[in-house]
Amino acid sequence: MSANNCRAVKVISNKPLGLSSPGEEIVELKLESPDWKPGWRAGQFVMIRPISWPLDLVWGRPFSICNADETSLTILFQVVGRGTSRLLELKEGDEVNIWGPLGNFFSKPQNRPVLMLAGGMGIAPFCGYVDSHPQPENLKLFFAHRPPLENYPYKGIAGKVDVEDIRETKPTDIPSIITRVEELVKEYAEKDGLIVACGPTPFLKTIWNAANKYGADAELSLENRMACGVGACLGCVCKDGDDHHTQVCTTGPVFKANNLSLEG
Amino acid sequence: MDVSIDFAGLKLKNPILTASGTFGFGLEFKHFGDLESLGGIVVKGLSLKPREGNPMPRIAETPCGMLNAIGIQNPGVEEFINKKLPKLPWKTLPVLANLYATDAAEFGELAGVLAGEEGVAALEVNVSCPNVKEGGIAFGQDPRQITKVAEAVKKNAGNKPVIIKLSPNVTDITVCAKAAEDGGADGLSLINTLSGMAVDIERRTPRLANVIGGLSGPAVKPVALRCVYQAVNAVKIPVMGLGGITTAEDAAEFLLVGAKAVQIGTGNFISPDTAFKVAEELPKVLERVKAESIDEFIGSLQLPK
Repeated sequence: MSANNCRAVKVISNKPLGLSSPGEEIVELKLESPDWKPGWRAGQFVMIRPISWPLDLVWGRPFSICNADETSLTILFQVVGRGTSRLLELKEGDEVNIWGPLGNFFSKPQNRPVLMLAGGMGIAPFCGYVDSHPQPENLKLFFAHRPPLENYPYKGIAGKVDVEDIRETKPTDIPSIITRVEELVKEYAEKDGLIVACGPTPFLKTIWNAANKYGADAELSLENRMACGVGACLGCVCKDGDDHHTQVCTTGPVFKANNLSLEG
Repeated sequence: MDVSIDFAGLKLKNPILTASGTFGFGLEFKHFGDLESLGGIVVKGLSLKPREGNPMPRIAETPCGMLNAIGIQNPGVEEFINKKLPKLPWKTLPVLANLYATDAAEFGELAGVLAGEEGVAALEVNVSCPNVKEGGIAFGQDPRQITKVAEAVKKNAGNKPVIIKLSPNVTDITVCAKAAEDGGADGLSLINTLSGMAVDIERRTPRLANVIGGLSGPAVKPVALRCVYQAVNAVKIPVMGLGGITTAEDAAEFLLVGAKAVQIGTGNFISPDTAFKVAEELPKVLERVKAESIDEFIGSLQLPK
């Protein structure tokens, strides 16, 4: 990271993907490139706080980096609270303060099959992962989602790697998702593959349990409420493999399954 | 304008420090500005042994503020001395250690461990944390305990200035300020967080696992300013003001009511370069309001006749 890694950049575009109904939008926010040197890695995140936010919103918000190049930085968000509903109001040309890239990242092993397990918004880091992986032919994506596929940046991935998806439309769909995730984890454990995963906590718990059961090499990206994103506030901790509190923002957000405890 | 100050014997190049618990061990912020441009940093609260802190969730955002119930998670004083402190540019950046313990004797012991550390410029004593069951706020609300802790720390602190950090969760802040002074404190810092709560009506649960936490951020600034004003007028020792400072103008307000220095806390979360910007801009603000010098400006509040 450079000494100048907290900076204001302009919004290029901010629009929902697909045809989601108001209040359920999955939004692609494209910002001017922050010109990160030496660069970023898939799995890292960025803190975003629009310049226009008054002090009633105190914290920036953490977002997984979906993709970034010389011209733009893309993140994905869903309106879930005060911050994201205000993010939706951003217009082209508005300025946002950003700091990053933060945290660690997913491994990209050579000559090993890699299974990407994405739950809902957990698809975000895999856009950049697929684009930057030297051997996309070794990659497979399993995607569990609720809104229709066109509401996610799925097509771009589907054109490049093997993909499979399950849509959850009712609670009774969940057991079949769990079963399929467990099957895939077992399959990749047996063929010495790497599993990289991102999604809601219940989804990650399923993967964590299966990875432990089958001895799979798995990396899980956690999301958590954060105030600073840089390791200072200690508000985002999780339990590591030794049952100690550790910061998601700086020790993670990507953890080896065997260095993590998702009990409880 | 030269904004250097002397605070209880500490020579600070400017009166802008960072508050404990909001700046990690300093190095977390080295990418966002020049640490040595600050007046000093107060590191994360230290205890004799490592502490895991409270269960999650530990933080909640509230209008113009945040609640936290971290519970003094820290690696313990030995790890600080051996692994964190050597990485800081302490020769040119005053590093203040923040102490947490559960009784006066333990505070004294902790002060003794840090007394010989060349890299520690001063000791800030936390008698006011609302998020721990033992020690913490119970001390901060009992003037006799404040005096006892100040005496115990002072006795073992060697030549290091001892600053007692006070809680606003009291009826009369001046009584606590005097109690710290009576115990031999060289300075005060205030305020620690205000005891607060947030709940979720959908889930019908508290937003913090600890139920109650400490409120900080711009929401608490008027309370902090009032406490600092009252404390300054109650004691002879210097006062460091903190609570909701996010701009150089905010910092100047605290100086105006008599604080000799200030700390930036939750402002570091609004943007990680906040403290650096405040330090850079304070001289310009003092020039703008036609201060002759920082010493002339400190405590120059004109009261209504």
